[in-house]
Amino acid sequence: MRIELGVALTHLTSRKRQTLVSLTGVVLGVAFFLAVSSLMRGSEKDFISRLIDNSPHITVSDEYRVPDVQPAQLRWPGAAVQISHVKPQNETRGIRGYRDKLAFVESIPGVRAAPVLVGSAVLTFAGRLQAVTLSGIVPAKMKGVSTIEQKMTEGSLDSLTANPNGIIVGRTLADRFALRLGSTVSVVAPSGVNRAMKVVGIFRTGVASYDEEQTFTLLKRAQSLLDRPNRANRFVIQLADPYAAREVARTIEGAFGYKAVSWVEASEDILSVLLIRNIIMYSVVAAILVVASFGIYNTISTIVMEKTRDIAILKSMGFHARDVRNIFLIEGLIVGLLGSALGIGVGVALMRVLGEVTVKPPGVTEVVHLPIWWGGEQYLLATAFALGSCLMAAYLPARKAGRVHPVDILRGAT
Amino acid sequence: MSAVLAAESVVRRLPGEVPVTLVDGISLVIERGEFLCVMGPSGSGKSSLLYLLGLLDVPTSGRILLDGEDTSRYEEDELANRRLEKLGFVFQFHFLLAEFTVLDNVVLPMRRLGRLGEAAQRARGVELLERFGVADQAVKRPSQLSGGQRQRVAIARALANDPLVVLADEPTGNLDSAAAANVRQILRSLAHDLGKTVVAVTHDGAFAAAADRRIGLVDGRIDAGWQLA
Repeated sequence: MRIELGVALTHLTSRKRQTLVSLTGVVLGVAFFLAVSSLMRGSEKDFISRLIDNSPHITVSDEYRVPDVQPAQLRWPGAAVQISHVKPQNETRGIRGYRDKLAFVESIPGVRAAPVLVGSAVLTFAGRLQAVTLSGIVPAKMKGVSTIEQKMTEGSLDSLTANPNGIIVGRTLADRFALRLGSTVSVVAPSGVNRAMKVVGIFRTGVASYDEEQTFTLLKRAQSLLDRPNRANRFVIQLADPYAAREVARTIEGAFGYKAVSWVEASEDILSVLLIRNIIMYSVVAAILVVASFGIYNTISTIVMEKTRDIAILKSMGFHARDVRNIFLIEGLIVGLLGSALGIGVGVALMRVLGEVTVKPPGVTEVVHLPIWWGGEQYLLATAFALGSCLMAAYLPARKAGRVHPVDILRGAT
Repeated sequence: MSAVLAAESVVRRLPGEVPVTLVDGISLVIERGEFLCVMGPSGSGKSSLLYLLGLLDVPTSGRILLDGEDTSRYEEDELANRRLEKLGFVFQFHFLLAEFTVLDNVVLPMRRLGRLGEAAQRARGVELLERFGVADQAVKRPSQLSGGQRQRVAIARALANDPLVVLADEPTGNLDSAAAANVRQILRSLAHDLGKTVVAVTHDGAFAAAADRRIGLVDGRIDAGWQLA
């Protein structure tokens, strides 16, 4: 055993109470660090997984991020061009040649895609009116990219295939209009086309506005109602690896020019809030360890003060300043290592207890367990924080000890 | 006999608004195996000279030669190495480390030097303690020993790395007459039987009488006419 380690251990064991207080500070710091970190990261991962499961990983729409450049601007680049009486060209909205483009998207490994034509319509029943979003879908493809099939309380998406004149509505709308399976409603498109459709399914997502305003019908029926033959204006895409969404979206947008928005881009504000939340959380738990490090600073400072004469003796024997410094740094390291090891034990126990806690969020019928994340990096982070604070706390007194001039002490002692 | 330790025109001055001269141009040659006593009134610079000879302090001017080496060009770490290898210290208040056993105190300089294996270090530690009649106290803490025993352990520690020179600062200043006589005999024997050079600072006339040579210091200078009162 190195001599510095031997002296350090002797110092710590000869001051059991002070050492225990310092150690307890680090143990609690690491344990709370882990408990808070596992809870926060657990809730974050839970939130993201819900986000990924319940929304498309990528949505391609018939929009462009940058509007087309006017031919006059291309002809005279950099010039001040004024164009009068411009009459924009009318075109049928939607993704042109969507079948070829869909085939391309589906050829990308790990990608499932469904074409959707989304438009507005008015649904009337028994003299009541409701503006709704009408989504024309291909049931077989939609089931691969959406969780809506799992949200069906009556009927299924396949009912649309069996009944091409069918419509699926949300539970809120069904309740408001007293609709049941088989009820016939009237759907009026913005163009004035009016069609009677039969309710073949009812879904419930729990989101009130969605359950009131969203309706589904066959893609072909929507194309005819909205007067957009052979068009789809959205691709809803799910990926085997949701975290590749940004990259795949970039590829698709690069290939077609149509705007492809990944779930990461769509949820950027939420993700940035989560990031800020993590920064706050780690700052708070790191502060716990910084406070704990004051205990270590106090202990080692006291030892240095009490042991000034011993330090002078060690130096008179031939110990270098760095040997003396190392003794006190090792003391900080020992407290840090031991505190981290015990703190991880206590932290894991705390995490198990938290994992057993159940809560019932308002408006939700099922009881859920607190989401706990067991990832390994938080243990490394907690240990690194603990060791860093312990070494920093030990450094100042260690430096002071290394600078002790033996003659000053010996002269004062005799 | 050959010179093992020498001071050449050594001056030690403490800086400040009013500089204080502790040692004022001392030149001194100490031979191998010599037992030298430095005497003088309080504040005459005896301990300061001892710290300079022991490489614990550095002269403001002049130089210290240890075993023929000019130590004035050495950095702090190099001076520490010379202290570890060639010098041993005995102080008035033993200065043993309270949390360590007697044997561990003696072994400490050997562990720092690292020339011997652990078993050999402990064997030599026990041998030194036996030589000074305190081997039976090896596992005790210093606080469990008498003043004379502690000082003998301190001497054993000073000899741990087989130094050329043992420097003692008032080694009997805190002991009763019987213990002082014992320590005096041990230090004399170190010089005459083991060939160690012993330089001791003392106020004790009986101790000084046992030395081979005595020098008197007054106001940081060697005073040839200084006589113990």
